Amino acid sequence: MATISTLAYLVASVLFILALRGLSHPGTSRQGNQFGMIGMGIAILATMLSSNMDMGGFALIVAGLAIGGSIGAVLASRIQMTSLPQLVAAFHSLVGMAAVFVAASAFYSPESFGIGTAGNIHGSSLVEMSLGLAIGAVTFSGSVIAFAKLDGRMSGAPITFANQHRLNAALGLLLLLLVILFVTSGSPLLFWAIAILALALGFLLIVPIGGADMPVVVSMLNSYSGWAAAGIGFTIGNLLLVVTGALVGASGAILSYIMCKGMNRSIINVLLGGFGSGSGGAPVVGTGVDADRAPVKAGSPEDAAFIMKNAQKVIVVPGYGMAVAQAQQVVREMADLLKKEGVQVSYAIHPVAGRMPGHMNVLLAEANVPYEDVHELEEINPEFAEADVAYVIGANDVTNPAAKTDKTSPIYGMPILDVERAKTVFFVKRGMASGYAGVDNELFFRPNTMMLFGDAKKVTQEIVQALQR
Amino acid sequence: MSIQTDIANQAADLSVRAQDLALLAQSALAATEPVAHAVEPFMLLLTIFLMACFVGYYVVWNVTPALHSPLMGVTNAISSVIVVGAIHAAASAESNAARAFGFLAVMLASVNIFGGFLVTRRMLAMFQKKKA
Repeated sequence: MATISTLAYLVASVLFILALRGLSHPGTSRQGNQFGMIGMGIAILATMLSSNMDMGGFALIVAGLAIGGSIGAVLASRIQMTSLPQLVAAFHSLVGMAAVFVAASAFYSPESFGIGTAGNIHGSSLVEMSLGLAIGAVTFSGSVIAFAKLDGRMSGAPITFANQHRLNAALGLLLLLLVILFVTSGSPLLFWAIAILALALGFLLIVPIGGADMPVVVSMLNSYSGWAAAGIGFTIGNLLLVVTGALVGASGAILSYIMCKGMNRSIINVLLGGFGSGSGGAPVVGTGVDADRAPVKAGSPEDAAFIMKNAQKVIVVPGYGMAVAQAQQVVREMADLLKKEGVQVSYAIHPVAGRMPGHMNVLLAEANVPYEDVHELEEINPEFAEADVAYVIGANDVTNPAAKTDKTSPIYGMPILDVERAKTVFFVKRGMASGYAGVDNELFFRPNTMMLFGDAKKVTQEIVQALQR
Repeated sequence: MSIQTDIANQAADLSVRAQDLALLAQSALAATEPVAHAVEPFMLLLTIFLMACFVGYYVVWNVTPALHSPLMGVTNAISSVIVVGAIHAAASAESNAARAFGFLAVMLASVNIFGGFLVTRRMLAMFQKKKA
């Protein structure tokens, strides 16, 4: 029986790898997702068949699956795509909590996992257990804070206080000490002390991170949830959990790395938490217009419509501001009208354009923008030089050339979209306020830039109307 | 004559040494046996874990950036395979506490399993090739 379930776990592991493999192209991705579902089904069935449970246990498991499953299904079908990052953060917190609970049951009933007897668990199992427990608890509380920040239930502003990093380091050391004591004594009191301390640590790690840095945080917690699963896998000696945990952990780590590179932050900086203590948080200049600078050129939607209609190539640069204004649908309408006029329209996506990796691609796909029109930064940057118009909507910092030239700028070194190379640049903005990083964008003052002041959706709607005339 | 006794003596010496060696080997084996049993499963899992990390690394770098959100959805769903441990826990009749924690874990993980796969399916449906 054990061999059969091991074989089933092996099959499920392979199916999970294929699920990730499918995502290398939109065409194969749906099949990949199905592989994932089949793998999960096999894993659950094999586990239920191989554990000799009584009726009570069976009822409990079926009830748990049914209750949790229906909650999950309802959440997944109702969620708005703009709120996707919150949902994912909330889901990560559940994985973290589940890891804590499984660790707890392994602690109270070691016999059923074959890791010793109550009060006399193998030392190595205790080490693995405390790892799974601590990472799970950090994932849980960290994800809850990330969720609250993303969902606007908590201010997105970084919360910082004196000696924050020292406190975190001290708590980390204390956690290590508790783990050592727990492994040598196996005391239930220490088990829960580790849980509580790790919960506090997760909370403290995410609290100082600003709302706009959430793409990194969400990916990082994705990674943590994987390591927590792997930790539990080691504890209970389960091959499938170890493999899946490693896959998820690696995936989250890679996404964090990509997001870090998109914002030019070091991965160490992120793993330690506590952005906002450096350059990113506090507005540096943010005063708007300098007196001795050339005045900005403001245009009307009609002007923009006229210029774009007569262009050959238009590149739309959407930022999170577009999603906030719910303007993606009308942007697509604008693009459709321009295409009818024979204009070539494409979209340029910065790695951190949304609030989680790939978020902007999903938002555009939801608005029926064909994915062939949507391009990543490296791919499209050379094309700006040939473009007649760059239509920047709801984005600012990711277009700021100061990132390439001004070494004193907080965003120096960040990869940017080279919109300034286009013949004409339109900025759809509410006013002259600076972006998240609090730096002026000199592009606003260039002769080939035209500002379109107003709400992103309203301005684009007026352009659509002008194009229809 | 003396050569023959010499050889005989040496042979006897050798046999004693061989016996010692065999004894030593036996005791060494006896000493390592329990350790080997305790370490082996862990080393096996560690090997699998590291291999899986590499597989994950190469597979995920191949994911197109446009699908990074669905990637998070799928990884979130499959990380709830922790439900396997939860089912074991809920099935165990040894301790009521273990059972209760197992039930809670099954429930939380199920939210993720269904929610994760379904939200990913919704996202991927949007990436269909559009009819021109």
